[in-house]
Amino acid sequence: MTLLLQFIFSGLTTGSVYALVGIGFNIVYNSTSIINLAQGEFVVIGGLMMWFFFVGLKLPFLVSFTLTLAVAGLVGFLMERLTIRPLIKKGDLLLMIMVTIAVSILIRGLLMFKFGKDPYTYPPFTVGEPIVFLGAVISQQTLWVIGITCICIAILYLFFNKTMTGRAMKACSLDIKAARLMGINVSQIVMLSFIISAVIGAVGGIAITPISLMEYDKGAMLSVKGFCAAIMGGLGRGRGAVVGGFTLGILESLTAGYIHSGLKDAVALFIMLFILFLRPAGIFGRSEIMRLRKF
Amino acid sequence: MKKDNALTIFVFSLLILIFPLIYKDTYLLTIGIFIGINALVAIGLTILMGYAGQISIGQAGFYGIGAYVSAILSLYFGLPVLLSMLLAIVVACIVSIFIAIPALRLKGHYLAVATLGFGEIVYLILNEWGPGGPSGFGDIPRISLFGYTFTTSYEYFYFVWSIVIIVMIFSFNLINSMTGKALKAIHGSETASATVGINIVKLKIKVFILSAFYASMAGAIYAHYVTFLSPSSFSLFYSVMVLMMVVVGGISNLWGGVVGAFIITILPELLRGFKELDVLVYGIILTIALLFVRKGFVPLILEGYRRWLQK
Repeated sequence: MTLLLQFIFSGLTTGSVYALVGIGFNIVYNSTSIINLAQGEFVVIGGLMMWFFFVGLKLPFLVSFTLTLAVAGLVGFLMERLTIRPLIKKGDLLLMIMVTIAVSILIRGLLMFKFGKDPYTYPPFTVGEPIVFLGAVISQQTLWVIGITCICIAILYLFFNKTMTGRAMKACSLDIKAARLMGINVSQIVMLSFIISAVIGAVGGIAITPISLMEYDKGAMLSVKGFCAAIMGGLGRGRGAVVGGFTLGILESLTAGYIHSGLKDAVALFIMLFILFLRPAGIFGRSEIMRLRKF
Repeated sequence: MKKDNALTIFVFSLLILIFPLIYKDTYLLTIGIFIGINALVAIGLTILMGYAGQISIGQAGFYGIGAYVSAILSLYFGLPVLLSMLLAIVVACIVSIFIAIPALRLKGHYLAVATLGFGEIVYLILNEWGPGGPSGFGDIPRISLFGYTFTTSYEYFYFVWSIVIIVMIFSFNLINSMTGKALKAIHGSETASATVGINIVKLKIKVFILSAFYASMAGAIYAHYVTFLSPSSFSLFYSVMVLMMVVVGGISNLWGGVVGAFIITILPELLRGFKELDVLVYGIILTIALLFVRKGFVPLILEGYRRWLQK
């Protein structure tokens, strides 16, 4: 029982990051119908840039945190401006997939050039005794990861439902043409969706690095798992990605704990292929016909 | 086969024939062999992407199946090398059918991620259950034809490139046949081609199997050439490299795969002094190719050549 609880908590921790990446996938998908395969790289940017500002330059925690998010946002902005915007008008799907792959390799290359192949880490946000809950030992950083993820989700919820810009983004995800006719600046919305998805990915990276370390090539697997989280809940649904991410995290840690640790990464892949082949609307999604998309 | 295609292949074969006679350097020959192996995988993906309009980021999976199955059969079961290579290709093709049938119902992004998932699963399996696990295994027998075992780089060079040339001739014939025309029609409009009676799903599956065939054949040759295998050669990065070869070379021309394989394979050799830079350079090349040379370098060069002729 204690062991099970322990596994569930470690699953929730990694699941938080998957959820954040999954939400990023959804935000970009909703405004552009693109699946941004560079999504996982933002998590790596978050972890490594935080190390650079916090440990490398010895800046105060909050300053480093803000600067890291700014860098990630800037990368998202540049990606949209330089690669997505010039190509999206062509309406060529193969091209859009490949350009996001190209950007992910570019980011990975830059990170490897700057940081090399070593894993990086920094001290947890708060130092202190781990909390014992029903016999399971939970480190304070675990609570930080889960807490920050929940705060992110809450902020996004408020943003999409209470602010004018957020509602405009929501409108774009329902019907881009209608949104444009209502006077919404769609190209700005696309830009904003890339920035937001980059920033929340980076938040996940900042929070998880003290627990699981960060290295330049973690992005590809994180993209796959975040995508898995997103389609578990049905692509395009914000809440679906949260449930999907946490479920995937827990399943992974149970597999690693009870079956075989080498199979941890296979869980996401099998779930993903299973859903893609059998239930493209997602496990938790209603089996309605998928919303029509440009692609 | 069209006349100019036949001529290019003839000239190309002559070049391949004399290259080892001029450059007697083993290092250059080795790179030449790797270019040939990669070209086989890239030609398959060029047909899949350029002519069937499907994407695959999982070619490393078939490449890995070809290499591992052939190596295991010949090393642990004592089968003759050529037979185990053949069986490995059969296994990869059967696997590809099971992937193709559900996957090709998916479109675009979903297909990309599904094939990516397949490639990663093969990689994980090789890591967990392949002989030697992550560190791999060696002593794989070399290729032998009728009792004669290949030992020198010359023999492997000629062997690999004769297969590339056979594959090119076969592929050109395929593209110019009715099947090829049907494929082009699918790429243009699926709905229109379905109405004129083309069985889209069947054709797509066939092309997918063909790309797996080429990739697994390349994998089998690779295994019996380097005689040592470890899973790291079959990771996602290899699939992306193949994708890069196709994009850089040009998606709309079969030669694109060969030229792309040439460029992408010699790149790390040129960057030998700057170890940390190679991933970055790959990223820059792929991004620039997609943004500015969207058709790839082969059509670009052909166009320039035609313009030069007209002057």
